[in-house]
Amino acid sequence: MGHLAYDAAHLFGGLVLALSFVLLYQRRLTAVINAYALQALVLAIAAAWEAWAQGAPHLFLTAAITLGAKAIAIPLGMHNFVRRLGMDRTLESALGVFPSMAIGVGLVALSILVVLPVTAQSHTLTREDLALALSVVLMGMLMMITRRTALTQVIGFMSMENGLILAAVSVEGMPLVVELTVAVLVLLAFAVFGVFFFRIRDRFASLSLDHLDRVGEGPR
Amino acid sequence: MIAELVPLVPLLAAVVLGFVPDRVIGGWMTIAASTAAFALACALPWQMGAGTLLLVDPLSAHMAILTSFVGMTTAWFSLRYIEIEMITGRLDALRARQYHVLLMAFLGFMLLALLSNNLGLTWGAIEAATIAAVLVVGLPRTDLAIEASWKMFVLCGVGIALALFGTIVLYLAAQPSLGPGLPAMSWSALAVAAPGFKAPLLNLAFVFLLIGYGTKAALAPLHAWMPDAHAEGPTPVAAVLSGSILNVALAVLLRVRGLMASNPDAISPGPPMMALGLLSLLLAAFALWRRYDVKRFFAFSSVEQSGLAAFAFGIGGPAAMFAGMLHVTLHTLIKAAIFQCVGRASQLKGGQKFADIGGLIASHRALGLTLAAGIVAVAGMPPFGLFSSEFLIMLATIRSWPWLALPVGVGLVVGGWALFNRLISLCLGEPTPNRGPGPALIDLVPAWLHLALVVVLGMAMPAGMVAWFTTLAGGLR
Repeated sequence: MGHLAYDAAHLFGGLVLALSFVLLYQRRLTAVINAYALQALVLAIAAAWEAWAQGAPHLFLTAAITLGAKAIAIPLGMHNFVRRLGMDRTLESALGVFPSMAIGVGLVALSILVVLPVTAQSHTLTREDLALALSVVLMGMLMMITRRTALTQVIGFMSMENGLILAAVSVEGMPLVVELTVAVLVLLAFAVFGVFFFRIRDRFASLSLDHLDRVGEGPR
Repeated sequence: MIAELVPLVPLLAAVVLGFVPDRVIGGWMTIAASTAAFALACALPWQMGAGTLLLVDPLSAHMAILTSFVGMTTAWFSLRYIEIEMITGRLDALRARQYHVLLMAFLGFMLLALLSNNLGLTWGAIEAATIAAVLVVGLPRTDLAIEASWKMFVLCGVGIALALFGTIVLYLAAQPSLGPGLPAMSWSALAVAAPGFKAPLLNLAFVFLLIGYGTKAALAPLHAWMPDAHAEGPTPVAAVLSGSILNVALAVLLRVRGLMASNPDAISPGPPMMALGLLSLLLAAFALWRRYDVKRFFAFSSVEQSGLAAFAFGIGGPAAMFAGMLHVTLHTLIKAAIFQCVGRASQLKGGQKFADIGGLIASHRALGLTLAAGIVAVAGMPPFGLFSSEFLIMLATIRSWPWLALPVGVGLVVGGWALFNRLISLCLGEPTPNRGPGPALIDLVPAWLHLALVVVLGMAMPAGMVAWFTTLAGGLR
């Protein structure tokens, strides 16, 4: 792999991670959805780039699926949903912007510290991309924790899956990537479907998961 | 060929059932498909071998037989249960049809996950089984059921995501030895080549797989989805959830454990598994004391038993593996019987709180006695088999980690005590008023079958079964 291929792959991986930070501090629901769509778009470009650089044409399929479903179809559907239900309002975060960013930086440092030493003998690109991917996964989890509404949790979940796809495409010669992409997509579609069709908003009035505490224990 | 048919039959049945509007025909088709799957699974021990897609070894054959057996008895049980749920209006015709489809899909994907010889396929099948389970838990469409299924989805989704990351890292660890491509993702090839893997990558993969699949095995601290899913979903599903999905996850963990144990430089997989198992055991044993909902209570009991099994697998060695496999097998059978009784009892009494159900022996002698027998069995009392497996686990603990026998013993006693406490309130004393139809004797036959098997396996295990469990335990590292 030449210098350019290597640098570009890094650039796209880094951009996906940067967009994870953007997801953490956005204050409006539509902005969160846009940031997610952008992350999926960059991921699609990263997958296409890996397909070209590794000479693995099946990864183009992964790129196409990511672009079509995650960067276009799901965000459009979500926008539609938000507009119809008039939910575009300021979001609350369990933590402030600064603490979430600080924790995010900590998570990135953690994943670098975890991944780089153990992958010492692997391909350089693989190991660094794996560190980036793990950071994206952990940041997605962080978003699921700090953002309290069901829709933002789903977006955090989807961003986490973006990290997984990034990991899968950057491991050279990994088989079944396309199949895994599809399986992941089914999971995501199901998550979005859950919010839409289980009418979590209708039932809980605010799409907030705080209500889940009701399924707690106690003599009712 | 038979191995392919085992998961295929229920999956095809799920597709066909989607087009069968009649509930009774649908119910009988479910019974037929799951019985066929069980019969086919029983032939697996003579079909050992590793293919590209499927792997039949003692572990997968045993788990497939067990899972399909519970699937079969649950299908029998569902027939009348769904009928009563429809009469009382908790399910309508469409939901009943969806129920049969989802039950078969759940069963089929679990069997596929157990028999799969590919890391990716295992992962995908567990994911699909989870989705089916989430859907079926939300089926009653009450607020609480939807909340429970959403919670299950979020927690299990995170677990599944972590497991996928672990899968990718495991592939990365295997790739230098096995080369790029499918062999580096096949369980059978990995097991052979694992001693040569790079240990640091293997360690990283283990951590992610343990946490990820540990969520599905309901190991603390990620067990929180389990009680809600049990309490709010249809009861027959609780019987399958409690036994089977935990077993599938434990079987995958056992395979990963084998890879770790055969690599001399990797961290020892035992202590982390023991720690998670012990934590689940203790947490659930104490949690049992503060439950007011019968199904939630027994879900915590499942967390406890799953923790004990993980603990036994953590100890390792033929004796502990034998005990652990026996424990998993017996617990699955007992818990399915208990949930079948609990389902009938809550239909009879019109509620699933402890306050609603009391004096069962007085109001329905057969049901009360069966439930009492089940609770005695799950508390680990003779003549039921869990006594033997818990005894063997204690022995193995004392042999290799004598100090840990104390917390394990405390957990078992505290949990067992809570079970007896509830046995008294559920089955003895003044009966609470009946608000629904009681079960006919024939409805209790599956539960009796389960409990009879548990007695035989525990107290008078046939020589052939002993040999089978010994082979099974010997094949695990």
